[in-house]
Amino acid sequence: MKKSGLITLAMVSALSMGSAFAQQTIKIATLTPLSGGQSDLGTQIQNGARLAVNEYKARFAKLGFNLQLVGYDDQADPATGTANARKIAADRSILAVVGTLNSGVAIPASQALAPSRVAMISPANTANSVTDRGLKNMNRIVARDDAQGPAGAQFIINTLKAKKVYVLDDKTAYGEGLASEVDKALKAKGIQVVGREGTEEKSDFSAIISKIQLLKPDAIYFGGIYNQVGVFAKQLREKGVNAPLIGGDGYDSSELLTIAGEGAKGIYFTTVAAPIEALPAAKTFSANYQKTFKKPAQGFGAFGYDAAKVALQGILDAIKTNKNKMPSRAQVETAIRKVKATGLLSGNVEFNSVGDRKAAKMYIMSVGDNLKFKLAETIDVKAPRQ
Amino acid sequence: MDVQALLSFLVGVVVSGLVLGFVYAIIALGYTMVYGVLQLINFAHSEVFITGAVVGFEVFRVLATAPINGYLKLIIALLSAMIISGLLNVLIERLAYRPLRNAPRLVPLITAIGVSLILQDLLRILEGFQGRFDLTYTLPQGFSNTFCGSTSSCAAFGSFLSGIGVQLQIKEVILVVVAVLMLALLNYIVNYTRMGRAIRAVAQDRVTAGLMGIDSNRMISLTFLIGGALGGVSGVLFGLKFGTINAYSGFDPGIVAFTAAVLGGIGSIPGAVLGGLVLGVIQNLIGVTNILGSLLGIANLQSIDASYQRIGAFILLVVILIVKPTGLLGRSNTEKV
Amino acid sequence: MSAPTSVRPPDRTALLLTIAAVTSLLMLVSQHSEWLAALPAGLQNILGNSLVRSLVLTLFLANLLFAYRWRAQTWAKLLIGTVCLLLILPWAGRDNSAVFDLAIQIGIFAALSLGLNIVVGLAGLLDLGYIAFFAVGAYVWSIVGSGQLSKILTYYGANSGGAGTGSLLLGLLITLATAASLLWIRRQKGARTRLASFSFALAAFGLVAGLVLVARSIMVLAAPQAAALSSGINGNFFWLFLALAVLAAAIVGILIGLPVLRLKGDYLAIITLGLGEVIRVLANNLTLYTNGSQGITPIGSAPVPWLDAIAAQLGFSEDQYNLLFLYLLVLVLIGIIIMVNIRLDRSRIGRAWIAIREDEVAAQAMGVPLVRTKLIAFATGASFAGAMGMIFAAKQTFVSPESFILNESIGVLSMVILGGMGSIPGVILGAAVVTILKLSVLPSLGEITATLNLPQQVNPNQLQRLIFGTILVLMMLFRPEGLLPSRRQAMVLHEGEEDNAPSASSIGADSERDATAEPYSAGEATRKDDERTGGER
Repeated sequence: MKKSGLITLAMVSALSMGSAFAQQTIKIATLTPLSGGQSDLGTQIQNGARLAVNEYKARFAKLGFNLQLVGYDDQADPATGTANARKIAADRSILAVVGTLNSGVAIPASQALAPSRVAMISPANTANSVTDRGLKNMNRIVARDDAQGPAGAQFIINTLKAKKVYVLDDKTAYGEGLASEVDKALKAKGIQVVGREGTEEKSDFSAIISKIQLLKPDAIYFGGIYNQVGVFAKQLREKGVNAPLIGGDGYDSSELLTIAGEGAKGIYFTTVAAPIEALPAAKTFSANYQKTFKKPAQGFGAFGYDAAKVALQGILDAIKTNKNKMPSRAQVETAIRKVKATGLLSGNVEFNSVGDRKAAKMYIMSVGDNLKFKLAETIDVKAPRQ
Repeated sequence: MDVQALLSFLVGVVVSGLVLGFVYAIIALGYTMVYGVLQLINFAHSEVFITGAVVGFEVFRVLATAPINGYLKLIIALLSAMIISGLLNVLIERLAYRPLRNAPRLVPLITAIGVSLILQDLLRILEGFQGRFDLTYTLPQGFSNTFCGSTSSCAAFGSFLSGIGVQLQIKEVILVVVAVLMLALLNYIVNYTRMGRAIRAVAQDRVTAGLMGIDSNRMISLTFLIGGALGGVSGVLFGLKFGTINAYSGFDPGIVAFTAAVLGGIGSIPGAVLGGLVLGVIQNLIGVTNILGSLLGIANLQSIDASYQRIGAFILLVVILIVKPTGLLGRSNTEKV
Repeated sequence: MSAPTSVRPPDRTALLLTIAAVTSLLMLVSQHSEWLAALPAGLQNILGNSLVRSLVLTLFLANLLFAYRWRAQTWAKLLIGTVCLLLILPWAGRDNSAVFDLAIQIGIFAALSLGLNIVVGLAGLLDLGYIAFFAVGAYVWSIVGSGQLSKILTYYGANSGGAGTGSLLLGLLITLATAASLLWIRRQKGARTRLASFSFALAAFGLVAGLVLVARSIMVLAAPQAAALSSGINGNFFWLFLALAVLAAAIVGILIGLPVLRLKGDYLAIITLGLGEVIRVLANNLTLYTNGSQGITPIGSAPVPWLDAIAAQLGFSEDQYNLLFLYLLVLVLIGIIIMVNIRLDRSRIGRAWIAIREDEVAAQAMGVPLVRTKLIAFATGASFAGAMGMIFAAKQTFVSPESFILNESIGVLSMVILGGMGSIPGVILGAAVVTILKLSVLPSLGEITATLNLPQQVNPNQLQRLIFGTILVLMMLFRPEGLLPSRRQAMVLHEGEEDNAPSASSIGADSERDATAEPYSAGEATRKDDERTGGER
């Protein structure tokens, strides 16, 4: 499959050599927070996408296109995100957008991009409503809350055999959405949820930990991002609570291990990104990332890379259907929805009718005694509709 | 749920609230000192304090493998943070507040907000060049162990503590000890030295103090130096306790600490301490209200959970200010017209 | 700014018209992709550059400033204002909806700044939680204008708790009785006894309880309608709710103001900051009403078929109809808000605000009722924010608590400061400058530098805190009266400076005063020296 694709591409590019004199510019944009408290995550996505673009530059050049990446900042703020989405819509050479980090930004931004048919591929949004609105241009490569949540719950019930669970979240659209799904799935299976609350606190968790000590749950689920969860895990373990701590793909960062230190033991999380050891491509990716940006590659970087690759493969497909001419945005939008992207860090990507990933392997990662991530289990999840 | 378990749960919550309260108290002192002298909310204090935390982080990082005692490292970290945060605070005063000494009250307040924003970004940029964003403290060996754990020489005392529900780590004990020492030192400087008397005189009446031969500008600089140094200490203690900081993590505790200062009666040193402790305990109690509600069978309390911790502090502040506008320990001074 | 001279500046009508024509042309060309494509390649690259585009947009908007500031024929000023706002801008917006989005956003922030200007600039009350009123307006409409309302009704239908017609009547009875007793207690002359205060508090509590009971009963009684409202109420109610949003924001302003407005300025700053957070956290926690952190979407807007028809004729695409409508609505609302501001500024209450700002104690001695005057300032400022919140909700079609964080309040504050506290044209200018910087110039700069291999952390787009912080500090240090000072404020702030440091701006302000020769208000008469502390009563 891959090989034949390459051969076609080579033929296509050979054919198009003649028209290469007038290089047209194709841009893909990233829309992520580049300033403010979440700029770190947003920058990772942008960097990942940049690597993908660098990788594909030559292929596009052969077809006579000059491929570029433009980074837009949404400041994790819905209004800024929308304003920048409209700006993206105005730049006709932008054919696809990788973004956003926050579901709260993705919803209005995709709405603003929908009429001009700019496809969006989110590397991070998990809220159900992102794709439930059925927009033609909104896709995502990560699992929905209602896929990831039940997967986490299933792991808690079947593998950890927990009877009492404490469910926490970070009061953001991401964390709360995920934790609510876990809560629902646990209750449906008759598991006792002894505590259910949210906190925006970033440093002091002593009140929550006291409650956990009192209620003695068998497992704790915390829907949140690693920088908050890491601090929580550290304090939790320091107070002598050793119950397993489970979360979603927001944990997927080596920073979690740095922040939590010894406290990271007994952390599990669900993610669609395959562990780096499992995929040879991932090794090259992380080496490249380190070389280009002088920083180690992390989860969101990998998702950004994957999302950009899906976008680029979609654009290539659209170029192909358009007989090697500059495709229209509508063509790219359709091509991306129909894309069959292979060889990504997170496996193969196909989208269903609303832009959710059709089937994905959900990996459950754990932190071993050597304080490194390792694969604990894989669970097959399917999108709620096909 | 037996009474004993409930009681030790409550004791545990209150004690961890008190530890938290000491962090707030010592940050609050930085606000209250400046406010006492200039009647200015030094919004930038939260960044001065987080600068101290960053300095502490760098010291611990550099000394991570140095063959010296952990407590010595801590002292070096505290001293460097005090010096740098103190000087930073003096610099801020010179550049941003002194030129506005005679402007309407609103003007320096707005400048202070501006300085706070500037410092946040500068810290982010500086740390960004190191390739880090969230700074994680690497503490000397043993700081995270349980205070009087089962293997230490005071294990008997330790088992007494855990019996009544108190669970402290060595770093938390260090925090409280350092905070108390600092409070005592500050109290001594302000109340029992010539310098302190001069500062109080300037706080009381700048013009008259000037007539008495006190260089009010120097005294104000000194106040900022002391306030900044306290900020530096609190930053290191903050990093010690919570382990992770970044350029923006000073703002939230800063606001709560200022609330504590107002709660205790702004301008009053014991007030700031009392306010911090009260706020720490109350925040923790609000955090466990839902459990208490379900234990006591009061359904309406069950929806009040940890997400209300911070705003609980603000609502408390409103109530206190309505009932006693001068705060818990503040004296009501007649307004000068 | 104007030159330091008392000579009348020359008439610049011709210059004004030329600049307006040139910038309008540039603006239209740079936003119109086909026209752009027709240009020679070099010019195309320059005008197509996003930074150049945003600079052109800035220059174009600066026209309005020139038209306002320069001495020119009135007809030319009016012509430029009308043509730019009603013809060129929508035209450019048709070619690029980003222009519309930016223009609406500028409008929203201009109105917010005008509202905050009343609170901070005129009444001198530093409100750091101003965005909360904006949130109230936004949520009023987003709850009823989306499917959220039917969720609430479904909930109440399932959990009626015995409420119904009977409890509605009871609730009304309690409300009326307590309201009447409140009025009666207030009317009683003589010293306030403990008993009176106690019964006042009791009656107030009863009033709240009565209102809650009424609201609950109405919800339960309306529960069967839930299915019919699954996509929100009829859009034609937009206008009713615009009024309600204004009212709700004003009421929240009064509720917040009542306990805190007797406090001194600094306490007020920190408490408003806190209460602003309280509103945000409540929005995040009251999931039943606000859908919590997940936010509410999609939110409807008012249907205006006739405008849509016109827009269709003019070649707007379907998704732009709503933007065009909101743009025009913002213009109208800003017009109203400016009128209100001007009226207030010159009215008795406006002078009372200024008196309070300058010296509370003196103002009180002169018979200004402190709390009531401040409450009016709070409520007026809040009501503008409420109206704009609603427009924001309709524009975004999505509202979640993240839009109402503290930084937004500080952003609005920096607009007021940059433009000039107390100056109506000033704060509009401030809002425009900050919004353009934030949404247009900085992102374009960031885009350009992204290709230069600069370290990520010094990307201009990431330096917003630094930039806005610097604006606040530098303005306060060197030009506290703002870019376009109000005459009053400029004189106050530079009073006594003439002897040692003749400042250009204060003289500039003088010349402008000559030009219009308007009597100043009595507001500055109460100004004292730097010692300004409020009463704690």
